[in-house]
Amino acid sequence: MNSPLRKLSIVIVVMFFALMGGATWVQFFQANSLNNDARNVRTLYREYGHDRGPIVVDGTSVAYSVPVDDAFGFQRTYANGPLYAPVTGYYGMYSLSGMEQAANTVLNGTDDSLLLSRIRALFTGAEQQGGTVELSIDPVVQQAAWDALGDNNGAVVALDPNTGAILAMVSKPTFDPNVLAGHTSAEVTAAYQALLEDPSDPLFNRTIGGNLYPPGSTFKLIDVAMALESGEYTPDSQVPAPTQFLLPGTRDTYIRNPGGGPCTSADTVTLTYALQVSCNTPFAALGVEFGADALGAQAEAFGFGRDLEIPLDVTPSTIGEDLDPAQTAMTAIGQFDTRVTPLQMAMVSAAVANGGVIMEPYLVAAERGPNLQLTYSASPREWATPMSATTAAQMTDMMVNVVENGTGHPAQISGVQVAGKTGTAETGLADDVAPDAWFTSFAPADAPQVAVAVVVEDGGQLGDEATGAQVAAPIARAVIQAVLAE
Amino acid sequence: MATVAPSRVRTGRGVEITLLLLALTLGIGAYALVGLATGDALPAGFGGYAATLAAIAVGLHLILRWRAPYADPLILPIVMALNGIGLAMIHRIDLRLDARGLTAGFGDRQELWTIIGAACAAVVLILLRDHRTLRRYTYTAMVVGLVLLVLPMLPGLGVNINGAQVWVRVGPFSVQPAEFAKIALAVFFAGYLVTHRDVLTLAGPKILGLQLPRLRDFGPIVLAWAVSILVLVRQTDLGSSLLFFGLFVAMLYVATERWSWILIGLLMFAAGAVLAANIFGHVGARVDVWLNALDPEIYNRDPGGSGQVVRGLFGMASGGLFGTGWGEGYPDLVPYANSDFIMASLGEELGLTGVMAILMLYLILIERGIRTGIGLRDGFGKLLASGLSFVVALQCFVVVGGVTRLIPLTGLTMPFLASGGSSLVANWIVVALLLRMSDGARRPAGEGGGGLVSTETSLEVVPGDSEPPARDLDPGDTGEFASDDQHTEVVERP
Repeated sequence: MNSPLRKLSIVIVVMFFALMGGATWVQFFQANSLNNDARNVRTLYREYGHDRGPIVVDGTSVAYSVPVDDAFGFQRTYANGPLYAPVTGYYGMYSLSGMEQAANTVLNGTDDSLLLSRIRALFTGAEQQGGTVELSIDPVVQQAAWDALGDNNGAVVALDPNTGAILAMVSKPTFDPNVLAGHTSAEVTAAYQALLEDPSDPLFNRTIGGNLYPPGSTFKLIDVAMALESGEYTPDSQVPAPTQFLLPGTRDTYIRNPGGGPCTSADTVTLTYALQVSCNTPFAALGVEFGADALGAQAEAFGFGRDLEIPLDVTPSTIGEDLDPAQTAMTAIGQFDTRVTPLQMAMVSAAVANGGVIMEPYLVAAERGPNLQLTYSASPREWATPMSATTAAQMTDMMVNVVENGTGHPAQISGVQVAGKTGTAETGLADDVAPDAWFTSFAPADAPQVAVAVVVEDGGQLGDEATGAQVAAPIARAVIQAVLAE
Repeated sequence: MATVAPSRVRTGRGVEITLLLLALTLGIGAYALVGLATGDALPAGFGGYAATLAAIAVGLHLILRWRAPYADPLILPIVMALNGIGLAMIHRIDLRLDARGLTAGFGDRQELWTIIGAACAAVVLILLRDHRTLRRYTYTAMVVGLVLLVLPMLPGLGVNINGAQVWVRVGPFSVQPAEFAKIALAVFFAGYLVTHRDVLTLAGPKILGLQLPRLRDFGPIVLAWAVSILVLVRQTDLGSSLLFFGLFVAMLYVATERWSWILIGLLMFAAGAVLAANIFGHVGARVDVWLNALDPEIYNRDPGGSGQVVRGLFGMASGGLFGTGWGEGYPDLVPYANSDFIMASLGEELGLTGVMAILMLYLILIERGIRTGIGLRDGFGKLLASGLSFVVALQCFVVVGGVTRLIPLTGLTMPFLASGGSSLVANWIVVALLLRMSDGARRPAGEGGGGLVSTETSLEVVPGDSEPPARDLDPGDTGEFASDDQHTEVVERP
């Protein structure tokens, strides 16, 4: 009977080899696809179960994980959630956004820069911990921007023109990321759906994304830069300033100045004066004179159409495509297909403030490992040079003039030279929709510390008659004052 | 009389105590790690747990020294290791169930069952001095086995838990009689086959090179088939059904060495199973789940969805190669994580490495059982040892195969690992029988243990080696013929 016994033992070995093969198939070959299956909550638990690192603003955590007694182990919590939501984003069950997404590998500890600490944890048996992300945001400036924007929908972004550090990033309406970080699937899904379906799009970070805004008259800064950079114009050059400008190729379609009146009693004005009172006709003429390509090139020099990660994805601004002369004229006054992010317009001011050089904007000032050792520190980098230092100096004077003598007067701060440009942008959505109010600026003019762009959707509460000056400039002023007070 | 042993045969008890230390380290260490990982402290009652396991190991070791000094030294340490790992995992899942506010306490109960199981093993080792005594109870065993099998179907006695009618309620306990039935049936099959093997082997026509049995010899196999199909259909218990029929066919093959029996058996079972799958919804649903487990529709189907299997797969996948570590995973997300799906739980926390190691332990244990069969000199013992070993192997195959989606899932429990008193106690008895038989197999001929051994070996030529070499006409067979004198014809084996 021993021969069949030996054969039986071989059968048993084969059976066990089959089992080992089955286990290998599941745990090795199929492991990835099984772990990525949406129904496998373990992947989620594992992410949640780790002590995710905090997002810190000036030494205070604005997003942090608290140990809780449920299956997940940790609850992501947002201090001052709505205020910082555009920056932090949320860390949700099924999705994440903002810095939570952009710096995910640092926060969950899987980033390459944290390899050493992971190896250490492997040997000491400690729990893998996430790293810390320290933001460049200044909480005082952020709060000032938040307060100044009030109940308006819109956005405020402030940055240090010398370094590119983003000091404030406010977007309204906003949301509370705590709601989306809950651990009850049904509640989180319902809250997320409600936010998604909200017509005012609270999930958008309006400073860098969303539907983007037409820039209105703030775009004239780019016209001026183009004109001065060409060498054919100086701030004192006379430019034609008719009451109305016939769009090329049309019979009776005119561009008029704000209010419909003439720019001044004369037929021509200086470039400085045109900017000061924000006449449309001289800039429309400039746009047509230089043409769509030159305008596009100057806009691109400022960063239009260029990808940027701060590390949040910034939607590239655009002046549209295949513009005919009439469209170019409208583009030159910031209408037609021109769409910008407030950050882009702040960068235009920052370029003027920083001698023609745009420093790469950034939100992450530093990153630290779980044991708080520094793993990354922001180093300011030049990002673009849209104009010469001379042009920048000339434009500084022109923008100071706008605030001191022109449409930007609501931004005046006694004892401080503020440089700025207003804008009132027809959204073109519908006739009865009020225009967006704009203001982009920097201060102090002689030694700039901050560049600010403000947009207030639908002109805020002032309705159709609103101009950027009345609604947006005071908000920018509040932000500048907050920076200068420090 | 046998030749004089050239040297003193090693009993292996020294090896055993060393390996037992290793096994205890595994089981107790795992328990400690669970506590350290989940609560940063040794688990409550750690001392008592460690002492219990150590006492069981030492106690059984001493009993072996006393009653079965030549028993295989690997069997007990392997079983202790598996039982300890199982206890640690069951306890670990208890912690999670507790935290979720669900019924827990399986760990403490399993600890109690471990003591009872080990005690039963001790009793078997002490009382059963020679396994051949069991041959006297061949037909008693048959009756006991069949009664145990059909017991859960009796109204008023059987309890339907989770859709399977495999439980019997005795006072406060739920008992799975099938677990004990497999021992009784193994004894019956061994006794029956050793008596009838020649008839089953030789009589009957030969067609296409296959030696077919005579029609009237079909009786027993048809009976076994009918019972297992009945179990399948009435108790929704594909696992047990497969187990019994597999056991019978395997033992039939060992007894007769005729492939035709295996072929016929497999065909019969396949036909029965296919028929059952088509006629009875629950069997068909299992197959459906097996083939299309990840299909969302089948995943969400209730009842009879693949959620459990797939969650087990998710757990094992998340364990990957090295596992999350004791106490670091989420095994409780799988229904029956501590019983039917304990291998998925272990796969999650110990990884593929741990699963391989555990499967290897089982494989060694089973192969030691088969080795015992080869070493034994009597046909009954050979059949019983191989039958009991094979039934453990088949059970592992059915359980792990089901969990890893190699075969359709059935409701069997992993021997020694899974939570469940009946299974644990029954398998400890199996181990006791294997230990008893291995003592007989490894005992040098010179040492008189049981009286029967010496009378039987007196007729044969035994080499000094404790394990006779495998030959077609080996001493085991001669012994067999010598003791069963009703077989007068000497058969030339192919």
